[in-house]
Amino acid sequence: MQLSDTSSQRILLPVRASTIVVSLVAALLANFLPWKSVALAPDFVALVLVFWCVRQPRLVGLGVGWLLGLLIDVGNGVLMGQHALAYSLLAFASISLSRRILWFPLWGQALHVLALLLFAQGVAALVRLAAGAEFPGWIILVGPLAGAALWPLVTTLLLMPQRRPAEVDETRAI
Amino acid sequence: MEHTPPPFFNRGPAPLVRLAFFASLSLALLVLDARFRYTEGLRSVIAVALYPLQAAATLPAAIGERISSYFASQAQLREENAELRARLLETSLAAQRFEAERAEAGQLRRLIHAREREPVRSQPAEIVYSGRDPYSRKVIVDKGSQAGVAAGSPVLDDRGVIGQVTRVHALTAEVTLLTDKDQAIPVQVVRNGLRAVAFGAGSSGMLELRFMAANAEIQDGDRLVTSGIDGTYPPGIPVATVARIERDAAYAFARIVCQPAAGVERGRYVLVLESTARGAPPPPAEAGAERERRPGKTRRPRRKDGDVSP
Repeated sequence: MQLSDTSSQRILLPVRASTIVVSLVAALLANFLPWKSVALAPDFVALVLVFWCVRQPRLVGLGVGWLLGLLIDVGNGVLMGQHALAYSLLAFASISLSRRILWFPLWGQALHVLALLLFAQGVAALVRLAAGAEFPGWIILVGPLAGAALWPLVTTLLLMPQRRPAEVDETRAI
Repeated sequence: MEHTPPPFFNRGPAPLVRLAFFASLSLALLVLDARFRYTEGLRSVIAVALYPLQAAATLPAAIGERISSYFASQAQLREENAELRARLLETSLAAQRFEAERAEAGQLRRLIHAREREPVRSQPAEIVYSGRDPYSRKVIVDKGSQAGVAAGSPVLDDRGVIGQVTRVHALTAEVTLLTDKDQAIPVQVVRNGLRAVAFGAGSSGMLELRFMAANAEIQDGDRLVTSGIDGTYPPGIPVATVARIERDAAYAFARIVCQPAAGVERGRYVLVLESTARGAPPPPAEAGAERERRPGKTRRPRRKDGDVSP
């Protein structure tokens, strides 16, 4: 029942800028957590960025993606611009697909998100291979898969602040 | 002018224009960083700004550890205490012997007019997190240039070398692990003093001795320690054990795979040594082969002089 609620037909409250900022900071925090296996952990920043690009393409876009990418690059000590490039392309692709994605139910959206995340991972891989790194194996595809699997959860969580309570009766005593 | 839309329809430049702008900006940054390393200033500024986030990210693990240690049973603590005490006794004995032998070695070195080895200063650091990059092997430690860490310093754990500081920010430093594909360390076989250079083997977590002749005198189980001729790593620190040797008549070189002695990709507490490169400037992050070789070249003739003079 919750699944049908999250489709775009439902009227939501306007988003607050603080929600976007807090969610992006939380995603950065999740990315910096000491993960046991780096290749297996989903890229939360990319996931949340896709979410806001799809839901609020006028508020969050390429500039935000680029800045976040720069932060990730520095935090992980990788080539400057690697994630910046990947995230700006990711933001562009999500914004172009945003109308289409919102037509689908959540699992259909997750499939689209999987394609987007794989695309971003592919861009990052291309950059690294061009810079002379060795290919770490197909295990790098697991992160996008995990990210796409988290899409329904992320959607539910991030839309929570915008959900209007189903029935509000101001005159009710309790 | 009549056709300009009212401001509330104005959405800025078209998406494709924006994409072109940001993509070219990133590409420019990539080239500047990969080819010329011009972005270090920008990098350290962003690193300082990121530090609170990174520190906050380690909090859950730290709190979990603290809670679990709070509930550690008394028996467990007593057991651990006894074990630590035994180890302390053992190591203090070893330390006493080491002191005596170091004094003796110093005397002998003075006799042959060789330069005395200075004790290496070190400071403990904690691994904050490992870099989220499947293409390289890096960890971030919580000591930076403010604590006196310099690029090029060797990093050890309790069993041996784990890597080298390759980039220093104000509060943190990046350590490239030995197993990184681009990391090299000069080593020596303990058994016969054969010198070699060990390279990281990437994702397998092993090291490789490259360019060793197929008939080189090396066997399974040989221990490798730092040779110290690069001036970066102090001599005699365990690096790896030879795990597998493949000799193929078709190739001039043997394929020698080694298992690192230290917990290169495990463990949390490390020791950052002060780089021992004296006279020569500390090698920069990309530590070219020619710079690494220079201190070794200058030291060898000096030793020969010492041999000749008495």
